[in-house]
Amino acid sequence: MTSPYPILSILGILIVTLTLAAGLIWLERRLLALWQDRYGPNRVGPFGLLQVLADMIKIFFKEDWIPPFADKAVFVAAPAIIVVTVLMSFAVVPVAPGIIVSDLDVGLLFVLAMSSLGVYSVVLAGWSSDNKYALLGGVRAAAQMLSYEVFMGLSLMGVVLLAGSFNLTAIVEAQRNLWFVAPQFLGFVLFLIAGAAETRRLPFDLPEAESELIAGFHSEYSGMKFGMFFVGEYLGVILISCLITILFFGGWLGPVLPPIVWFLIKVMFFIAFFILMRAALPRPRFDQLMSWGWKLMLPLALANLLITGAVVLAWRS
Amino acid sequence: MFSVVRTIWYVLLHMFHKRITVQYPDEKPYLAPRYRGRIILSRDPDGGERCVACYLCAAACPVDCIALQATEDPTGRRYPEFFRINFSRCIFCGFCEEACPTYAIQLTPDFEMGEYQRPNLVYEKEDLLINGPGKYPGYNFWRVCGVQIGGKDKGEAENEGPPVDIHSLLP
Ligand code: SF4
Ligand code: SF4
Repeated sequence: MTSPYPILSILGILIVTLTLAAGLIWLERRLLALWQDRYGPNRVGPFGLLQVLADMIKIFFKEDWIPPFADKAVFVAAPAIIVVTVLMSFAVVPVAPGIIVSDLDVGLLFVLAMSSLGVYSVVLAGWSSDNKYALLGGVRAAAQMLSYEVFMGLSLMGVVLLAGSFNLTAIVEAQRNLWFVAPQFLGFVLFLIAGAAETRRLPFDLPEAESELIAGFHSEYSGMKFGMFFVGEYLGVILISCLITILFFGGWLGPVLPPIVWFLIKVMFFIAFFILMRAALPRPRFDQLMSWGWKLMLPLALANLLITGAVVLAWRS
Repeated sequence: MFSVVRTIWYVLLHMFHKRITVQYPDEKPYLAPRYRGRIILSRDPDGGERCVACYLCAAACPVDCIALQATEDPTGRRYPEFFRINFSRCIFCGFCEEACPTYAIQLTPDFEMGEYQRPNLVYEKEDLLINGPGKYPGYNFWRVCGVQIGGKDKGEAENEGPPVDIHSLLP
């Protein structure tokens, strides 16, 4: 089942996600300010909304500089990779019945694969910059990806077992009676943490870590290339929020309001939660992060998968 | 793990706290009278310039942004011929005010002196001099010092006895 108007869906999702990603810059600054007893940008336009425009104009006119010691081709490709991979993932995200670019049967696997590819962007950016801070950021990103990718996939398998499908639309439909967050609460928490690590947001922004690594992997980037990393990060936040909504909170399902509105409400809620995490939590040390990932999260995810499997098996027989 | 959740909750509650931001151009903050802002030169209660052009402020200034030239009026009263402060270099440390023996130079609670052109930040004496005594209303340097100027002879200052006649033997 694909959407009746594929081009329309593609354009719609593309425009909405990109606008949302830009709008998130404003939203994040306002929300962070809200939780830090400040106002945030409130001067430009109503509620400071035009701040986004001002920021965009500024970043477009910044000098776009490629350091002479950088590996040019890779340096230029890296920011594109992150945006492309995240946008590709949006292709399989069902926003509402019928509003989906491509209803893959292995949609979930596709998303996981794409988000793993996204880490290449960070690693390559750090590597090609030929700057020790950038390199450290890249190395951290690789290590972080190794520790989090594993249980990220595993934490979702409980959902897949319950729904009996990798197809995101089918997963949503399987939640008609009960959102998966109830039987899969552990999976939800694990995925939330892995999602934050995947998007490299605080508290897992170790590859960036302004306070220790200048700006980590994008230390050498400026102008719109830097902007691409930013957009990629925000797109990642939107994507993870969409995934949480679809996998654990019943996607577009909800009473009274039209499905797309429900979907947006839920997604916005999780985006706000990601921003709240950024406002509240400190960054862990690097070894803490890795030992958490391997020694705590992975066993938990495995246990969750085993128990879910056993219960599903017992139920069916 | 619990502390993480608790932290998130407490930060969420900050939503309902009072904002600490002062919305500056609409809402001015209160600045204490001792605030170190734009520098002025004050006058005596009787309207004369306080500055005696002693150069102490210029010497004290860590960034050397005060320039002046001393001169004297026919009655022997010293005053600066020109007095120039380059506010693009001033760091508002207040040392000049500390150094001044006559309370002439004073810092005020005004900081809104932005300019588009750097030379406009160089203030001349006309820009600095105000028509009042500033923070020290009663003080009049020339009335307490022993120097003779027009309208005040030796021995006529406050708390000053008449000069001793060194040629007389009388006590
Ligand atoms: S405030 Fe400090 S820097 Fe400014 S003129 Fe006075 S002594 Fe110089
Ligand atoms: S220290 Fe005071 S009296 Fe002396 S030159 Fe400076 S302002 Fe004038």
